[in-house]
Amino acid sequence: MKQLITLEINNRVYEIPVDPKDLLVDVVRKKVALTGTKKGCGQGDCGACTVLIDGEPVLSCITLAIACQGKKITTIEGLVAEDGKLHPIQQSFVDHGAVQCGFCTPGMILSSKSLLDKNSRPSEEEIKRGIAGNICRCTGYKRIVAAISAAGETISSEGVK
Amino acid sequence: MNKPNYTQVGRSVPRIDGPLKVKGEAIYTDDMVLPRMAYGKIKRSPYAHAIIKKIDYSKALELPGVIAVITGEDGPNKWGIVPQTANEVALAVGKVRFWGEGVAAVAAIDEETAEAALDLIEVEYEPLPVLLDPQESMQRANEVRIHEDAPENILHAGEQLFGDPDKAFAECTYVLEKEFHTSYVNHAFLEPHTALASFDTPSGQLQMWSSTQVPHYLHRQLSIVLEMPMNKIRVTLPAIGGAFGGKGEASPADFCAALLSRKIGRPVKVTYERSEVFATNKGRHPCHMKMKIGLDQDGYIQAIDFDNTLDGGAYAGWGIVVMFYTASMIHLPYKVPNARARVRRVYTNKPTCGAMRGLGGVQPRYAMECMLDEMAEMVGISPYELKMKNAVESGYLSVSNLHVPHTEYKKCLQTAVEKSGYLEKHGKLPFGKGIGLAGGYYISGTAYTLYQAYKPHTTVLIRVDTEGGVTVHCAAADIGQGCNTVMAQMAAEELGIRYEDVHVVSGDTETGTFDLGSFASRLTYASGVAIKDAAAQINQKLKEVAAGMVGCRADQLEIKDGRFYSKFEPKKAIEWEKVVDVYTNAVGTLVGIGHFSPPRLKGIDLTRGKRVQGANIGHSPTFGFSCQIWEVDVDLETGKIRVAKVTEAGDCGQAVNPMSVDGQVEGSIMFAMGQALYEEMRLDAEGKMINASLHDYKVPTAMELPEIDTTIVDSYDPTAPFGVKESGEGPVQPTIPAITNAVYDAIGVRFTDLPITPEKVLRALKEKQALNSECSGS
Repeated sequence: MKQLITLEINNRVYEIPVDPKDLLVDVVRKKVALTGTKKGCGQGDCGACTVLIDGEPVLSCITLAIACQGKKITTIEGLVAEDGKLHPIQQSFVDHGAVQCGFCTPGMILSSKSLLDKNSRPSEEEIKRGIAGNICRCTGYKRIVAAISAAGETISSEGVK
Repeated sequence: MNKPNYTQVGRSVPRIDGPLKVKGEAIYTDDMVLPRMAYGKIKRSPYAHAIIKKIDYSKALELPGVIAVITGEDGPNKWGIVPQTANEVALAVGKVRFWGEGVAAVAAIDEETAEAALDLIEVEYEPLPVLLDPQESMQRANEVRIHEDAPENILHAGEQLFGDPDKAFAECTYVLEKEFHTSYVNHAFLEPHTALASFDTPSGQLQMWSSTQVPHYLHRQLSIVLEMPMNKIRVTLPAIGGAFGGKGEASPADFCAALLSRKIGRPVKVTYERSEVFATNKGRHPCHMKMKIGLDQDGYIQAIDFDNTLDGGAYAGWGIVVMFYTASMIHLPYKVPNARARVRRVYTNKPTCGAMRGLGGVQPRYAMECMLDEMAEMVGISPYELKMKNAVESGYLSVSNLHVPHTEYKKCLQTAVEKSGYLEKHGKLPFGKGIGLAGGYYISGTAYTLYQAYKPHTTVLIRVDTEGGVTVHCAAADIGQGCNTVMAQMAAEELGIRYEDVHVVSGDTETGTFDLGSFASRLTYASGVAIKDAAAQINQKLKEVAAGMVGCRADQLEIKDGRFYSKFEPKKAIEWEKVVDVYTNAVGTLVGIGHFSPPRLKGIDLTRGKRVQGANIGHSPTFGFSCQIWEVDVDLETGKIRVAKVTEAGDCGQAVNPMSVDGQVEGSIMFAMGQALYEEMRLDAEGKMINASLHDYKVPTAMELPEIDTTIVDSYDPTAPFGVKESGEGPVQPTIPAITNAVYDAIGVRFTDLPITPEKVLRALKEKQALNSECSGS
C-alpha cells in the first residue's frame, strides 16, 4: 500500500508516494531523481549512500523513507551554493586530488560536512573517525584527510556553513 | 637525454571530472533511466557444482509486471577475454560450476517485480562433488571434471627454461627454497557492475552503457554472444566507479541486459547487488608457490626456480595471461641469469579469478622479496645492499628477452632507504617494532592484443576548429585513474596550449577512436605516442598558415603558451587562436590522427624460430619501478599489526600529473595493505561464500591509514612519449613483502601465507615461545 509522505530535501519539500518498506536511498535516487547519492552495497557497510538528516550522517540504504518525515534531509546536490559555487569541502576535494572514481565522494563529503559543522578544526584522528564509515578504494584516504583539514581551515576563516 | 622544458606535462592540475563528481552530478550507469526502461535481475545458483536438470519459469512469466525471462539457451555462445580459452556463457548452460553462477534472468517493469519473479523460477539441480582446492582438483580429476575439455582440471600449464638453473644452483653458495600461499581477494570497487542495454528493433542497433574498463573487448564479446556485427553495437561508458581489473572483462550483467533488451525491444538495466559482485569475482588468483633462489658467494643471484599452482576458480577468464605473467615477473627488477618456471592454472568450483591491479606480479613479488630479505641475512648484508647489487640498469635485457629501456630502480631503493632511516633502524628496533623493505616493478602496456591482430593498440584523433577549440577523441576508459586529464595535458603540451582548453571525448566506441582499454598500465604511454603523432600533423598544418601571418618560414616556428613565434626572432609572433581562425576560414576543421603500436623487440623472430617462451607475455615498451619501506608495531598481546609509516619512492618516468601519481601510489599502498593484513573471501565446505559483503570482507578504512611519505624520483625515459612510464600498478607490488619483512623484523617470524591476521601472529608468537623455552631447556 503506497502512502503519500512529505520529505524536505535540500530545503525543498517533496510530496512522494512511497511504500512503507521503501528505503530512503531508493526514494531519493529514483523518485526525486537526485542520483548523487550512491548505492555501493545496499547493506549499510560502505557509506556511499550517506546523506545528512538534521545534520547527522545517515546511511540512506538502511533507512526507511517514511521515518524521515518532518526532518531536514541534505544530499550532495544540496551543497552547491545558489550561485553555482562549490562548497568549500567540495572545492577542497577537487584541489587536493581527493577524488578519483568519485563513487564514494558524495557520501564522503557529507560525512565531512557533518564533522566540520560541529568542529571546523578537527585533528587528523578526528577526521579519520569522522569518515571511518565511508570506504574509498581508490585514493588511500590520505588526500581525503588533507582535503577535509584544509576545508575546515577555509570554513573557520571564512565562516561558511 | 635532457628532459624538455614542459609546461603542461608535469603540472599537478585538478582532474577535469572533479567538479562534476563532487557535486554528485557525474552520471554512472545505474543513475541512468530511459523511457520504457525495464529492470533486469539474475537468478543465481545455490550450488557450487551441479547439473541443471530443468528450469521452469512459467510461474515467473505469470507474475504481473514480468516482461521476459531468459536462460542460458538464449545466448549460449562462449565468450572470454582470451579467445583461445573462451569458455564462459552469459547464463549457465547445462551445468553450474560455482556458487552464484547465473541460471536465468528476468526483465520486469521494476526491480521489486524482477526480484519477486526470481523466486518463482524453479530450477532443479543434481549436485556434483565440489572441488575447492587446486591440489584436490588435480588429484580427483578422473572422478570429478569441471570442464569436459580439461581432463586434468587444468586450464593450461606452462614451463619456461632459460639458461641452466640446475648447474647454476649446484655452484651457488647460498640456496633457499620456500613455499608461499596468497589469499583469495576481490577488488571491492565501490560501484557494482551495471549495464544498460537499449536495442532498437527497427534498425537492429544496440546501444550499451556499461561500467567496464575495456569498452573494446566488451564490444567484441557482445558481438560474439549476440551474433551481431560490431558495427551494429555501440558501447558507451558513463562515469565508472572504480574497476581495478574487476571490470576488465565483460560481465554477465552486460549480456543479460543486451539479450533481454533485444528480446523485448526496450531498454533493460541490470545492476548488481554487492553479493553479486563477490559471486562473479574475477579477483586475484590465490597462488601456491614454491620458489628457490641461488646466490653466489658475493650475493649475486645466479638462478631462480619457480613453481606456481594458480587457483583459477570455475572459468578461464584472464587465467592463462595471469599464469604466464607470474612466470615472467621473476625476471625483473633483478638480474637473473638462469631461471625455470613451471606454472599451471587449475579449475576449482569457486567464483572465477581474473585480473586485479598488478596482475600476475603481486604473488611472485611477495615470494621473491621476502626470500631476498631472508637471503641477505644468510649472506650477512642488509637487504638493501643485496637488492642494490642485483638491481637492473637501463638497457638491461633479461634472459627471457625483457628489454628495460630505462630504469631508476636503484634511485628508488636509495631514496626510500635514506628518507626512512632504514639502515639505522633495521634489526635494531625493540621486539614488537619492525621495518621492512621491498622493491617491485610493472609493465607500461603489453606487446600484443589478446586476439591475433597487428592493428595499432590506440588511435587518437585531435580535432581543431574555431567552434570546438581542441577536442581529443579516443575510446580510452577513465575508470577513476584520471586518463582523461592526463590525455588533455599531453595534448596541450604538444599543441602549445593550456590543458584547460582541451576537451576529451573518451569511453565510447563510436565517438572515440580505437583503444584497447584500461589495463596493464598502458594508457599514458600508448595515448602519449598517439597524441604526439596526431598533434604533429596539426602543428605542421597550422605552422604553414602561421608562417605567412608572421612572415617567416614554417620550419622556423615554435608553438608555446598559445603563440606561434619564430625561434630566431621571437618578436615575430601570433596568437594560436588567430592561426586556427585563419586556417578554419580557408580550409575548414583541422584533424590529426595518431596511432600507437607497441615496439617489436629486436631479436625476437617468430618466423625463424627464435620464439619467446611464455606466449610473449611480460614484454612492455617500458617498465615502472618502486621501493617501499614499511614500519610496523605488532601488539604482542592481541597479535594486531599496526602500520606506523610507509616510505615510498617510485620511478614512473616523467609524471604527467604529479598529484595524480601520488594518488595512484597512495591508493595502491592501501589497496595492497588490505590483501596483506585483512582481506580474504571465504567459502564454506559446499563452496558458498560466507563473507560476500563489505561488512564481512574487510577492506582498509581511514582508521587504518598510516603516515605515508611518497617520492616521485627524478626520471625520464628517453624512449617514451614525454618520458612517461606507469604508476597505477607498480606501486602495489612491493607492499605485501615489505609488510611481511617488517613483521619479521618486529617479531622474528616470516609469514608465508596471507593475510597476516592477528590469529596467525598470536599462534606464531606462541610457537616461537614454545620453541625458545624448549631450546633454553635442552
